[in-house]
Amino acid sequence: MQADIFAKKQRNTLVFLVLLGSVTFLAMIMTDYNAVKGITSVPKAVQWGLANFYPTAESLEKLPAILEKLQETLLVSIAATTVAAVFALLFAILGSNTTRVNAFFGAITRGIAAVFRNIDVAAWALILLFSFGQSSLTGYFALFFGSFGFLTRAFTETIDEVSGGSVEALKATGAGYFSIIFQSVIPSCISPLISWILFMIETNIRSATLIGLLTGSGIGFTFNLYYKSLNYDIASLVVVVIIAAILCIEYVSNYVRRVIL
Amino acid sequence: MALLEVNQLTKQFGKHSKALSDVNFSVQEGEFVTIIGPSGAGKSTLLRCINRMIDATGGEIRFQDKSVLNLKKKELKQVRTKIGMIFQHYNLVNRLSVIENTLHGKLGTKSTMAGVLGLYSQEEKQQAVRILNVLGLKEMIYKRADQLSGGQKQRVGIARALIQNPRMLLCDEPIASLDPNSAKVIMDHLKKISTTMGITVIVNLHQVDVAIKYSDRIIGINSGQVVYNGPAENMTPEDIQRIYGSEADELIFDIGGIHAG
Repeated sequence: MQADIFAKKQRNTLVFLVLLGSVTFLAMIMTDYNAVKGITSVPKAVQWGLANFYPTAESLEKLPAILEKLQETLLVSIAATTVAAVFALLFAILGSNTTRVNAFFGAITRGIAAVFRNIDVAAWALILLFSFGQSSLTGYFALFFGSFGFLTRAFTETIDEVSGGSVEALKATGAGYFSIIFQSVIPSCISPLISWILFMIETNIRSATLIGLLTGSGIGFTFNLYYKSLNYDIASLVVVVIIAAILCIEYVSNYVRRVIL
Repeated sequence: MALLEVNQLTKQFGKHSKALSDVNFSVQEGEFVTIIGPSGAGKSTLLRCINRMIDATGGEIRFQDKSVLNLKKKELKQVRTKIGMIFQHYNLVNRLSVIENTLHGKLGTKSTMAGVLGLYSQEEKQQAVRILNVLGLKEMIYKRADQLSGGQKQRVGIARALIQNPRMLLCDEPIASLDPNSAKVIMDHLKKISTTMGITVIVNLHQVDVAIKYSDRIIGINSGQVVYNGPAENMTPEDIQRIYGSEADELIFDIGGIHAG
């Protein structure tokens, strides 16, 4: 009997591997993919990158323009995140099991947040392109909707986890709903909430670069522009600037986290 | 006349699981009553039905001759301001100071605005300091709640309940998470509150020996029913067996020794 279970498991594994192999093979035939050529071209790509993709002295002339675009991207990301956080907090309080007004409203707010969360930022950008065209406003709203969904979820869980006990205690003293929110829920959650907001700002700065490619704004667009016009040196300078900015932001937010926790 | 009367109280969770069935007892002004029983017997449910943190399914609860189960929201809050509650896990707001946590006991009597902004009068603050002094927390007043030991946290919990000027304290397993020394300090404070301030105290306990030592009266509960209700000194090993079931024989405590002491 036991041997049967093992034999069955082995057979299942074998079937799975064969299936996976044949799907891969089929896909390779359909797309004319040559595995050997694919692997051998990696060193060539690295070689090309090292030969062409580095900032030169003359590309530094473009630095002020690049920094200006970077600033725009950073500000859009921060603005989108902070405004989203305000809305997310409201929805999280209404949707969390500890603080919801009633089950019906709780389910509705959680549902709305789930819709916003499950649509990716890039998908939001594509949807919003129709309404707002290629502008930073499109990028702003895409980041805003994505952050709103994610932060609502994160805040809801934080509230449930951190403040259940003290909410019960204040309810037992006869305190009203708003007193409980402002004296118990917000004080006990504030530092994890700030931590989530910082995380979201970091994530949004990274996404903003990609969103910029789609919406034709910010640093992503700058990169695209120089890359497509074969100015590889300037494009690589953009990449260096982005990496530096991300590292800076990471450092700052880690510092803030250390201080508040 | 009794301060609290519980008549034919029942509580049902879902369709089949009955947490409490036909519970009757009354508690006099200034009495120290302990509720004992095995885990899952319904002790916590019973305690929470009294101030309607959980809504009972049927029966009647009269506190100060008001029927608690029929109260409207506003009247319920008013009744809750007269009943202090103490929890096993203290249920403090960890990031706030000891005095802020103590003053939370006053939120039930405040307007929404004052509650939201946390506006407390000079007298209320002085009362908080006085209570904290009595409980031996003089040095801790400005410390954050998460810097305290378990016993100190529970004393803050008692302070938060006392500042309500309550007529009755409901204590849900107040010493279950404490070491024997801190547990004794907490029980001594509760006893003193009952004898010197005339506040009625109802305590849920796991420890039979503690219950016998401190209570005027013991209520024994098994599977949601009252199986013993009488003075602590009248309790016999048979009563304990009825409360805890047949395994009580093998329990480690020695009831004779406790009576002798």
